[in-house]
Amino acid sequence: MTDLTKLTLAEARDGLAKGDYTSVELTQAHLKSMEAHRNLNAYITETPDKAIEMAKASDAKRAKGDAGNMEGLPIAVKDLFCTEGVQTTAASHILEGFKPEYESTVTSKLFDNGAVMLGKANLDEFAMGSANTSSYYGNVINPWKGKDGKDLVPGGSSGGSAAAVAGGMALAATGTDTGGSIRQPASYCGIVGLKPTYGRCSRWGVVAFASSLDQAGPMTKTVRDAAIMLGSMAGHDAKDSTSAPMAVPDFEAALTGDIRGMKIGIPKEYRVDGMPEEITKLWENGVAMLRDAGAEVVDVTLPHTKYALGTYYIVAPAEASSNLARYDGLRYGQRVMDEGDSLDDMYSKSRAAGFGKEVQRRIMIGTYVLSAGYYDAYYNKALKVRRRIYEDFANAFGKVDAILAPTAPSAAFAIGENEDDPVKMYLNDVFTVPASLAGLPGLSLPAGLSSEGLPLGLQLIGKPFDEETVLRVGGVLESAANFTAKPFGQEG
Amino acid sequence: MTYIIEGSTGPWEIVVGLEVHCQVVSNSKLFSGASTKFGNEANSNVSLVDAAMPGMLPVINEECVRQAVKTGLGLKAQINKESVFSRKNYFYADLPQGYQISQFDKPIVGKGTIILDMPDGTTKSVGIERLHLEQDAGKSMHDQDPKYSHIDLNRSGVALMEIVSDPDIRHPEEAGAYLTKLRAIVRYLGTCDGNMNEGSMRCDANVSVRRPGEPFGTRCEIKNVNSIRFVMQAIEIEAKRQVEVLEAGGEIIQQTRLFDQRLGETRAMRSKEMAHDYRYFPDPDLLPLVFDDAFIAEIEKTLPELPDEKKARFINENGLSAYDAGVLVAEKEKADYYEIVAKGRDGKLAANWVITNLFGALNKAEVGIADSPVTAENLGKLIDLISNDTISGRIAKDVFEIMIETGGDPEKIVEEKGLKQITDTGAIESAIDEVIAANPDKVQEIRDGKDRMLGWFVGQVMKSTGGKANPGMVNKMLRDKILG
Repeated sequence: MTDLTKLTLAEARDGLAKGDYTSVELTQAHLKSMEAHRNLNAYITETPDKAIEMAKASDAKRAKGDAGNMEGLPIAVKDLFCTEGVQTTAASHILEGFKPEYESTVTSKLFDNGAVMLGKANLDEFAMGSANTSSYYGNVINPWKGKDGKDLVPGGSSGGSAAAVAGGMALAATGTDTGGSIRQPASYCGIVGLKPTYGRCSRWGVVAFASSLDQAGPMTKTVRDAAIMLGSMAGHDAKDSTSAPMAVPDFEAALTGDIRGMKIGIPKEYRVDGMPEEITKLWENGVAMLRDAGAEVVDVTLPHTKYALGTYYIVAPAEASSNLARYDGLRYGQRVMDEGDSLDDMYSKSRAAGFGKEVQRRIMIGTYVLSAGYYDAYYNKALKVRRRIYEDFANAFGKVDAILAPTAPSAAFAIGENEDDPVKMYLNDVFTVPASLAGLPGLSLPAGLSSEGLPLGLQLIGKPFDEETVLRVGGVLESAANFTAKPFGQEG
Repeated sequence: MTYIIEGSTGPWEIVVGLEVHCQVVSNSKLFSGASTKFGNEANSNVSLVDAAMPGMLPVINEECVRQAVKTGLGLKAQINKESVFSRKNYFYADLPQGYQISQFDKPIVGKGTIILDMPDGTTKSVGIERLHLEQDAGKSMHDQDPKYSHIDLNRSGVALMEIVSDPDIRHPEEAGAYLTKLRAIVRYLGTCDGNMNEGSMRCDANVSVRRPGEPFGTRCEIKNVNSIRFVMQAIEIEAKRQVEVLEAGGEIIQQTRLFDQRLGETRAMRSKEMAHDYRYFPDPDLLPLVFDDAFIAEIEKTLPELPDEKKARFINENGLSAYDAGVLVAEKEKADYYEIVAKGRDGKLAANWVITNLFGALNKAEVGIADSPVTAENLGKLIDLISNDTISGRIAKDVFEIMIETGGDPEKIVEEKGLKQITDTGAIESAIDEVIAANPDKVQEIRDGKDRMLGWFVGQVMKSTGGKANPGMVNKMLRDKILG
């Protein structure tokens, strides 16, 4: 019998439709895989009972001839999405034990479309990190191993989601991307990750990190899978004022395989100093593949790229410092106080104990850049630069249909690396942050291996609300790259 | 009006600007669907958004936007078609989000004007700097438990309009007139109920003093004063304090102060005065608030006649004095009452009855116009009874007394008590004949030219008819009989 955990979402969908197996079988196979791979720590909370219950209900629904777009397909949900009655932690101690009385819009849509939840995937605390080493619930380990067998990071912040998909612990997973949190872990784990246009998916019920940047998206094994899943996540939501009142196209239909005559832009500013040779090579290969498929490759310029990372690390912490003020120990989550403590004592003790180091660092950065006397020099200037970055892209998209760039400056690194200096860690986001600041859709797909045999991703950036082009080009690139390597233990 | 504090070193002038928080009349809160009903059980009007649960997002309540625009139009102010909500960040137990969503550098309403009606009948114009929308906080209760404070989030997220005046006020009474007028305007508009005792209208006063003609001095802000009278007192007391400090060679420190009405003093606030840096920034959960001219025009159509226009109409069409018109329009309910009474009747006569008799009686009984035992319809009928000579003005006053007591219909009262005026010539004539016959000497005096005595005869006849004789007829017939 086929190993059901090796199926793509599309294959499983078709297999279920043909009656080759049931959702319960599919779900059980994944639950077993989750158990076998607990050492990777991809999940904070496993929900096997709920999963089986949902799978049974799904099979019953299918039997009645009423199958949704994601019917019976078991997925992991990043533990940043509030799930009704299921602990939602944002990987933080401060929310330990918090069980929302509500379901996020995105997970509601997925479940309404038939998806089965396997559990809540691990992540960096409050989605702040690029290595999934800031979770209160422990590091996530990448299913891929380095040559020396060392444990590698899965990337972050959606590290648990990426590891779950790469390791056969979920057919697909939800992720969220603020500055690269879907695309970079997708690249490190050899899977596909799509950050949609800001406003494409509702943020309602997603624990907020940086409201003007946060965007939910699919993390899958293939580009087609991403198209399928996005269709069930996207859509206008009156409960999120920033969600776009736009119809959801048939994303899967965009995968025509034909990109002849399309113009693909290559931004010269992404050729950063000290970029590893293998990344440059990967990028060049991507260019050649697109050219071979009939696309026209043109140079574009995004002159403000070099300011993007700095801008991001002002805007995102600023918003976070305010968004995280609600975790005060009063109404939910952890409270730390001693007899006779004042309100301020309770705040400081609860927040000191509840937030990890990286979260505290970003709250402090954010508070600083918004404070009187520094606001204009930092936050206000960052907003202006952000506008320029957006304009750079707008100008480029006057000439091209999509932009090709690497996803990350390296392959996955060993756990413990880059921890000595936060700025080193932040540099992982250098290629993903510009599209985030501009609110543009970005797709990462595995396109080659590093010298160590680790996956490397290429990124396609599209026009606002033009995920279809990104997916179409991504589909072609995916076929051409023919990335078949599997993590250790997942081969064959 | 000038208000000068005579200090030991010379005269001082006061400079005051007011910041008034008006709770917006709306069914639900500014950014959530929770009810705004006052007096519900603690923490029963709380949505997930109001409690700042993780992942919850604000969505603007369009009704509150309409109300703010309507108020802006009522203040003859500039309406900003694009405004921005910002977060004001600070930690407090009754502020679940850890920030208040407010408007900072781009408010929904800009410059406007309020015309003050001063007690002496004069007017004064005070500038409005801005009006912005913001969320109210919850309520902290420190008296429920010996060890813990309790929090009620019913008010958390309710829409407030903060209306900021220019520092144009120079007299405590102008501050009172400003608040009275502002309250009248929002009540006319139906955008705020203006109840200061329920906290739906709250006032902060910025007070400074200066030598007349010199630049503004350093100001102190007196927070959360909850009645018009207290605002006036607080300004007076704070200005005196500042003069004393300055004259003693001291310096005014810009600070937030509390008014203690019991002790009659203002004092610096302690705990909350730890120099907040609110770190305002545009709320990324909300798009800029944008609307078009059509939206404003739509609201403009719903504007009622406002106090200033009503006052002008009362003066021009009903012939009232500026003072009387001002008294009547001060509260919409009073003006409405007056209009019912005046309809189809003599406007001035109606105003006299409403202001002198009715308001006088209501004030004495400490009853508001809404609870008046005399309905406007009945007061109108009473005036009709005078006009059509059914009763005399004097009897009318008696009837009115009964109406105040019983709330009765004047026609019925006149009927039941037999107070109808005697207009039957025969009956009056016999009463006159009796008085003439009893006082031949006085008749002679009149005939000798002592006209004044005629009044005495009128009085006697009225007395003998129990006041019911038509005084005009009595007068005429007496004249005819004695002098004719």
